[in-house]
Amino acid sequence: MSNTFKIRKGLDIKLLGEAEKSIKEIPTKIAAIKPPDFHGVFPKLLVKEGDEVKTGSPLFYDKYRDNILFTSPVSGKVKEIRRGAKRVLLELSVETAKEQEYVDFGVSDPNSLDKAAIIEKLLKSGSWPFIRQRPYSIIANPEDDPKGIMISAFDSAPLAADFDLIVEGKEKAFQAGVDALKKLSSGKVYLNISDKQKSNTFLKASGLEINTFSGPHPAGNVSTQINRISPINKGDIFWYLRPQEVISIGNLFLTGNFDASRLIALTGSEVKNPQYYKTVIGAELGEMIKGNVKEGNLRYISGNALTGTAVEKSGFVGFYDSQMTVIPEGDHYEFLGWALPGLKKFSFYTSFFSWMTPNKKYRLDTNFNGGERAFVLTGKFEQVFPLDIYPMQLIKAITIEDIDQMEFLGIYEVDEEDFALCEYISTSKINIQKAVRDGINLMIKEMN
Amino acid sequence: MKALRNFLDKIKPHVEKGGKFEKLQSTFEAFETFLFVPNRVTKLGSHIRDANDMKRTMSVVILALLPALLFGMWNVGFQHNLSMGVTDYAIWSNLWYGFLVVFPIVVVSYVAGLGTEFVFAQIRGHEVAEGFLVSGMLIPLIMPPDVPLWMVAVATIFAVIFGKEVFGGTGMNILNPALTARAFLFFAYPKHMSGEKVWIADQGDAVSGATPMGDALASTTIPDGSLTLPDTMDMFYGFIPGSIGETSTLAILFGAVILMFTGMASWRIMLSVFAGGLLMAYIFNLTGNNAYMQISPWDHMVMGGFAFGAVFMATDPVTASQTTKGKYIYGFLIGFFAIMVRVFNPAYPEGMMLAILLMNVFAPLIDHYIIQANVKRRKKRWAAAEVTA
Repeated sequence: MSNTFKIRKGLDIKLLGEAEKSIKEIPTKIAAIKPPDFHGVFPKLLVKEGDEVKTGSPLFYDKYRDNILFTSPVSGKVKEIRRGAKRVLLELSVETAKEQEYVDFGVSDPNSLDKAAIIEKLLKSGSWPFIRQRPYSIIANPEDDPKGIMISAFDSAPLAADFDLIVEGKEKAFQAGVDALKKLSSGKVYLNISDKQKSNTFLKASGLEINTFSGPHPAGNVSTQINRISPINKGDIFWYLRPQEVISIGNLFLTGNFDASRLIALTGSEVKNPQYYKTVIGAELGEMIKGNVKEGNLRYISGNALTGTAVEKSGFVGFYDSQMTVIPEGDHYEFLGWALPGLKKFSFYTSFFSWMTPNKKYRLDTNFNGGERAFVLTGKFEQVFPLDIYPMQLIKAITIEDIDQMEFLGIYEVDEEDFALCEYISTSKINIQKAVRDGINLMIKEMN
Repeated sequence: MKALRNFLDKIKPHVEKGGKFEKLQSTFEAFETFLFVPNRVTKLGSHIRDANDMKRTMSVVILALLPALLFGMWNVGFQHNLSMGVTDYAIWSNLWYGFLVVFPIVVVSYVAGLGTEFVFAQIRGHEVAEGFLVSGMLIPLIMPPDVPLWMVAVATIFAVIFGKEVFGGTGMNILNPALTARAFLFFAYPKHMSGEKVWIADQGDAVSGATPMGDALASTTIPDGSLTLPDTMDMFYGFIPGSIGETSTLAILFGAVILMFTGMASWRIMLSVFAGGLLMAYIFNLTGNNAYMQISPWDHMVMGGFAFGAVFMATDPVTASQTTKGKYIYGFLIGFFAIMVRVFNPAYPEGMMLAILLMNVFAPLIDHYIIQANVKRRKKRWAAAEVTA
C-alpha cells in the first residue's frame, strides 16, 4: 500500500558545486572513526596506538551498552588516538596497510536466520551503529522491537549526493540488507524515495513498502517522512538507515566481511572538480581535495552546509556522511551590506531579490550576515517546517527546560536537522540546532 | 571604505575590555555594525545563514513608513495654512513648513530613545538592538504636530525603559513601545493630546481645529446632533487635521503593500483588524441611536488612527499573537474593540491605541489556547495508539 506525499513547506537552497555524475577511485591512506559522531556514546578503547587491526576488528565499545562494538573500516595499524578537553575521545585513525585483511563473520542468508542471530552478527561486525533510532537519533537498542524501519533513499539537503547513482549495480546487496532488516521488527520496512528517483535497486526491492515524496527540502529528512507515514507517539520507536548502510549490511551477509566501502560526493562552490569518490567510511579528506580546491580561506564540512560538521583540511569524513561540502569562509566586513539592494545575494525573504531568479545557484559563505538578537519575526519558521509542530514554541520550551511542555509539543518527533532551515532563515541569528540537541539530550537523561 | 575600516580597526582596541574607553563599547559596536556587516562566521549549527538580518528587516519597515511621513509633513504645512485662511496645495512650501515642525520631533525621539538603549546595552553587555529604529520613527508619527518637544523626550524614555528594557529588550516586550509612549502622554498630559487646539501646528483662527473624530464625538452630546464629516475621499487622501502620520489612509496603504510584499508584517493581522472594525461599525449602524453610531463603516476606517494602527502598530511581531491562527483572532478583536471604544466611551476618543494595548496583553493568552489545541491533538493521538497497541 504505497503512498505519494507532497511536502509543501520547506526551502531548496541552490548552491554552486553540484557533484558531477562520475566516480573516481582513490587510495585511502588513513581512515578514522570519530566517537562524537555517535550521540550519547561513551567510548571505551579496545586498542592502543600501534596495534595491528583488520577490517572489522573492534576498536572501541559503548561504555553503557557494551555489546555495541565499533570496528575498523580498513586494515592496518592504529595510527593516532586523539583526545580533546577532559580526555574526551575525538578521533581514532588507522593507517591503511598495503594488503587488506578482513575478519570473517561468515556468509549466510538473512532469510534463513532468526532475529537474534542477525542481531548478533550485526553487533559483532560493528555494523550495528548503522541502525539509528527515532526519537533521539541515537544508535538503536538491540532489545527494542521498533514500530517500523525507515530507509530514506534520498537526501534533499543542499548539494546532497544522488543515491540513485550511489546504489547503481548494488541490487543484490541492497535486497540482502532489506531481508536482514525485515527480521528485526514486527512492523514494516519502509523505503521512502523522491518522485525523481528511478533506480531499480529501489523500485524493484521487495519485502518493503515504498512511499514517494515530492517537494522541497526537508522532504528527505526522516522526521518529515515518519510524520506523514506514521507519526511517533510517546513510547514509539522507529529505526532508520540510509541506502549505503543498508548495502553494507547486505554485504555483511553476502560476503561475511564488514563492508565499510562508501561513495562520497565532494561538493561545494570551492571545489574545482566536484564528483564522487570511491573510498571508505571515515576516509581522510586529503586525497579528495588534493589539487581540487580553490585558493583562499575555506570551510570543509563533513555532510551538508546546513547540518554538517566542520572538519580540518587534514580531517576525516563523518561515519554517517555521504557528502563533503567545501565553501568559502565569510570572515570579511561588508560596507552597509544590510542596506544595499543585494542583487547577488540569496535570501528566503522577498526583501531581497533572489525570488526573481528561482533557478539561480549561489556561492554562499559562512558569514552570519548580522548580529545575534532575540526572536522578533514570527510566522517564518512555520513556512519551512512541514511537521504538525509549532517550531518556535518548542524551541522556547527547550530553552526553559520544561520537560512536560517539550513532550507535548513534539520533541519525540524531531531531530535537530529538522530545525536547520529554521536556523538558516532566522533573522535573529540564533543557534537553534545546538539548542534542540541540548533539549533532546535532556530528554534522554530525564527519560532513562 | 578601506580607510573607514582601517580607522575603525584602530579605535577598536580602545573600546574593548581593558581599553581606556571600554564604557563606550556598545556605542562603538552600534555604529560599527551600522557601517559594516560584521565578519563573524558560523561556529555551531548551519554553516550558511540567510542574507537577511534584523537591520534589514527594520529598514524595510522604515521604508514603508516614508509615504506616511512625507505626506504627514506636507499635511502639517497644508493644515497650518488652511487655519490661516489660505488654501494652498503647493508641495515644497508646505513640505518645508512641515519638515521644520516634524524633524525636531523625530530627532528628539531618536536621541532620547537610542540614548536610553545605548546605556542599557552597555550596562547589560549586549549589542544595541535595532528595534528602536522603527519605534523611533513611529513615535513622531502618532504625535499631534504641536506637541512640546520635552514631552516627546520624556514619553520616549518612559516607553523604552518601561515598555521594553525592563522586560529584557527588543523581542521580549509585551506592550508596543510606540503606543506606550503615546498612552503615557495621553494619561499624563491629556490637554496636550486631545481637544481642538493641538491638531494643527501653530493654529490660526480660520478653522475650528477639530478632527473628524472630535466632531463625531461632539455630535453624541448634542440631542438630535447632526454630523457633517469631511468628504470620505478627503479623509482617505488625508487632507484633514490629526496626528502627524495618521491622516492619509492612502499613504498608509502604500506602506501596507511594501510590508506585505516583503513579508515583514502579517497580512493576516492587517486584514483581520479591518474586518473586525468594519463588523463593529456595521453592528452600530444597525442598532445605533445617535449620529456617531450611524457613521458608515468605511468612514470609520479612514478616520483617526485606525488605519495607521492596523498597518504599523498591530502588526508589530513581538507584541502581536505569534501563532498563525492566533493572528486572525488578535487582529479581529483589535478592530472590533477599537470601534467600540471610540463610539461608546467619551473619555477615549481614540480607541485604536487602547484596543491594541489591550490585545497586546491578551495575545499570549490567545497563543496559549492555539498551542493547547496542538497539544490536545497530540495527546489524543497518543491515547488512540495506546488503545490499539
